[in-house]
Amino acid sequence: MKLQRKNRLRASALGALVVSGALVLTACGSDDNSKPKDGNTTAAAPKGDPKACEGAKGQLLASGSSAQKNAMDLWVNGYMATCPGVQVNYKSSSSGEGIVAFNQGTVGFAGSDSALKPEEVADSKKICKTGQGINLPMVGGPIAIGFNVSGVDKLTLDAPTLAKIFNDKIKKWDDAAIAKLNPGVKLPSTAIQAFHRSEDSGTTQNLGKYLSKTAEKDWTYEPEKKWPAPGGQAASGSAGVAAQVKQVDGAIGYFELSYATAQSIKTVDIATGAAAPVQATPENASKAIAAAKIVDPAGKDLALKLDYTTKAEGAYPLVLVTYEIVCDKGNKAETLPSVKSFLNYTASDAGQKLLSEKGYAPIPAEINAKVREVITSLS
Amino acid sequence: MSHALQDPRPVKPRSSAPSSLTRGGLPRWAPAAIAALSALLGAGIGAVAGLESRMQWGLIAALLFVGITYTASSVVENRRQAKDRVATSLVWVCFLLAVVPLLSLLGVTIARGIKVLDGYFLSHSMAGVAGFAPGGGVYHALLGTIEQVLLATAIAAPIGLLTAVYLVEYGRGRLAKAVTFFVDVMTGIPSIVAGLFILTTWTLMLEQGPSGFAGSLALSILMMPVVVRSTEEMLKLVPNELREASLALGVPKWRTILKVVLPTAIGGISTGVMLAVARIAGETAPIMLLVFGNPLINDNPFEGAQSSLPLYIWEQYKVGSEDSFDRAWAAALVLIAFVMILNLVARGIARWKAPKTGR
Amino acid sequence: MASTTPTQMDTAPPVVSGARSTGRAGDKIFSGLSKGSGILLLTIMASIAVFLTYRATLALSENEGNFLTTFDWNATGNPPVFGIAVLLYGTVVSSIIAMVIAVPIAVGIALFISHYAPRKLAGPLAYVVDLLAAVPSIVYGIWGALFLVPYLGGLTSWLNQYLSFTYIFDKTQVGVDRSLFTVGILLAIMILPIVTSVSREVFLQVPRMNEEAALALGATRWEVIRMSVLPFGRSGVISASMLGLGRALGETMAVATVLSPSFLISGHLLDPGGGTFAQNIAAKFDEANEFGRDALIASGLVLFLLTLLVNGAARMIIARRKEYSGANA
Repeated sequence: MKLQRKNRLRASALGALVVSGALVLTACGSDDNSKPKDGNTTAAAPKGDPKACEGAKGQLLASGSSAQKNAMDLWVNGYMATCPGVQVNYKSSSSGEGIVAFNQGTVGFAGSDSALKPEEVADSKKICKTGQGINLPMVGGPIAIGFNVSGVDKLTLDAPTLAKIFNDKIKKWDDAAIAKLNPGVKLPSTAIQAFHRSEDSGTTQNLGKYLSKTAEKDWTYEPEKKWPAPGGQAASGSAGVAAQVKQVDGAIGYFELSYATAQSIKTVDIATGAAAPVQATPENASKAIAAAKIVDPAGKDLALKLDYTTKAEGAYPLVLVTYEIVCDKGNKAETLPSVKSFLNYTASDAGQKLLSEKGYAPIPAEINAKVREVITSLS
Repeated sequence: MSHALQDPRPVKPRSSAPSSLTRGGLPRWAPAAIAALSALLGAGIGAVAGLESRMQWGLIAALLFVGITYTASSVVENRRQAKDRVATSLVWVCFLLAVVPLLSLLGVTIARGIKVLDGYFLSHSMAGVAGFAPGGGVYHALLGTIEQVLLATAIAAPIGLLTAVYLVEYGRGRLAKAVTFFVDVMTGIPSIVAGLFILTTWTLMLEQGPSGFAGSLALSILMMPVVVRSTEEMLKLVPNELREASLALGVPKWRTILKVVLPTAIGGISTGVMLAVARIAGETAPIMLLVFGNPLINDNPFEGAQSSLPLYIWEQYKVGSEDSFDRAWAAALVLIAFVMILNLVARGIARWKAPKTGR
Repeated sequence: MASTTPTQMDTAPPVVSGARSTGRAGDKIFSGLSKGSGILLLTIMASIAVFLTYRATLALSENEGNFLTTFDWNATGNPPVFGIAVLLYGTVVSSIIAMVIAVPIAVGIALFISHYAPRKLAGPLAYVVDLLAAVPSIVYGIWGALFLVPYLGGLTSWLNQYLSFTYIFDKTQVGVDRSLFTVGILLAIMILPIVTSVSREVFLQVPRMNEEAALALGATRWEVIRMSVLPFGRSGVISASMLGLGRALGETMAVATVLSPSFLISGHLLDPGGGTFAQNIAAKFDEANEFGRDALIASGLVLFLLTLLVNGAARMIIARRKEYSGANA
């Protein structure tokens, strides 16, 4: 009996140790990353007007496009500095997932690189009891074509060549079509390794739209979120594609420009038919986005129509606009104040200014004004 | 574990000790000498032929070793001995071949993980840290893992324990046989299937949001059969005399089980539970489907999205920048350390308790 | 092993008459509880099968493709088209590669630990192998993707150069080694510890008499192993391999990190592409809508049945071996 008592004592001591250990652990962690250990503080996010936080509190879940992940990181930082009562948790996966999660009611809003399809709008009516899902264009950006070819620093391609590279028609870097566009560049005979997204992606769809408009003969696929062409290798997420391009010699892939900037991946200049090939920069993308039109100017849905065939000087035609998707009416009561307050911040001047230095292109002013109007009217 | 059973290798007469009974054998140092020779030759051939990969050098050396041993042995000794030596060297080669990747796994994880692993990393979350930026920590994920695993244990351990008691003390007939069989089969359920099951029932049918608890439910499914198995083995080891003595004193069976059988086996049982915990702590797939992930600290496993170590590693891996890879490795190191500590504790308990459960 | 068996317990005398009534009630409650948990376990297993089947039929009834032969997975499309042909192929092929590599090596290591290693080394070695079995699969995954894939280039180009006539080692597409072959190697490394530790246990159970008898007849160590250890351990090794196979079939994260997924079946193992059940679920799950999830659940059900089959078979073999060796337990 003595022996057993001792056992029990030991067992309960062990249990107590585990529990107290867990308790100690809960106490010692911190969400405060504003003072990193190595001293070089990340630029303190500009504080906004604290009044903007009224009614917003608790946790706001969001998920979707990985193209706007880097923008989201900045926004969330800035916003949470202003409104410490709200925790915004943006899970970067893909536009496809964002919309699915939104339509299942898991998240407060979704991020997507392409506007809702009619059947997705129909789906959204289940969650938005009295309304439906709408698209709010929040930020634009160039889709960079990143490449990694040893010995080549600058590369110019046009739409048909791009199409042929991505559907496996051009297999070597020293192909005549590429050489013609790049006089004076010494191209190696390395095999081309084209990377695409393995999951449904708005970036893929935007690239598809661009190619099918500008290279009709070579890109005959429907612009879908799913990668349509044969050949190539797949990687998951914009980051996955960027990581592969970074690692693999002879690789080419597409992703939002901020991924290229962050990992210093070289990007392709696009020969649009303008006098000089256009570089993928936020400014050049803004020029293309400035020409965007709202599809349905009367309604609340602010989906944009982009002009991919532009030949304007210095306008980078391969752009995407990423949307936040919310309900126009019938948002969940508990997240509505946070959603409104957060989106207000992202559409504000402060929110938009944050982005341009990170490789994003702000939305043209008049569209932005409309976006703010709609956000205030959300219910 | 039962190394005590290993038969002592008798010194074979083929050793170089001068013995009139045996024909000449290779001297004792021969294998070592041949190994050194073939390693040299392998490196030499590799260097001369300009083979880049060290793996190829190693393979050439291994082939040479086997070849030379066979020839030398069949010349000096006989065919049978030669075969024996080849078998011996093949077994050694197998061993080395397997040890290389496994050691490399541990080595790489430690070498790359140690870079950012420090107090700051352990005590901070990923709040406000952009994927590409350095900094941030693993605290929220560690906390999530601990909570989810504790919850899963709280669910699975009692059920597993009682099932084992049933199988050993009460079970007979078809039901017991069915339970035994399906427990065995259940150990083989792919973790993602367990995740899908909770997803269909808890998330889709009952319409619960993502939470740490949903993850725990899936983990507990994976844990139950392991607990049952190990507890069953341990209960079987309890000498029958103890039960009979207790019953003979008029103690009811349930009290006998609670007061005599279980306490006797408690060491082994807790070892089994710890090992099961170690196994589920590293599960990624079901967690990925069920807890959503969260860069912030959420210490309530019942509400809201949580993170967990395996999920954190996966997320950081997906970000794909140098800094995030560093974080992924560091988190992997933390996870391995966590699992290893549980393992060591389990084995400690087993060793500490072993004499008492002995026959 | 066990010196007592449950059957002996079953004949334990009933509670002595005159025991307090609480004892009886307690007995009933306790045995009820423990029986209840046994039944609960069975219920969980059954409901896993039932719920997965239910969701799967929802998806299957609207599938426009053939579930078994379609080379595509577009469950979220309109109309939905999906099939498991590629997944089944990828799962089976990568697992077979893993088995072909892992089983002989694992048997080698098990023999090494049980019969070759110096005794002082054997204990710690066995211990290390067991510890490695506990390394989480996600860690194997990132190690595979960030370390193994770049280093495997030498081996695969060598295979491609000298063995391309075998068709399977003919690399027709350029690309890093994110192929089924690499996945197979990684899976082999992952299942090595489990196969080793089960095989070792079996080898240690070989009756000492058999071995000593062989030694006494002048057999060399290899002959002892061939004549007494391996025949005795054969079924054990088979079931250990099946357990490993079960693991390889259901492995998710390691495959998801390493493989470059595509919906093509290629006999060229070194070409990037392919997919496995678990990897496909992990990759497609996030973006799937409710119907897409049902479709994935349908593929999960197939995986479940596959592992059920393999594990069931393994357990049966083990059970038979136990009966056979019952005398020396």
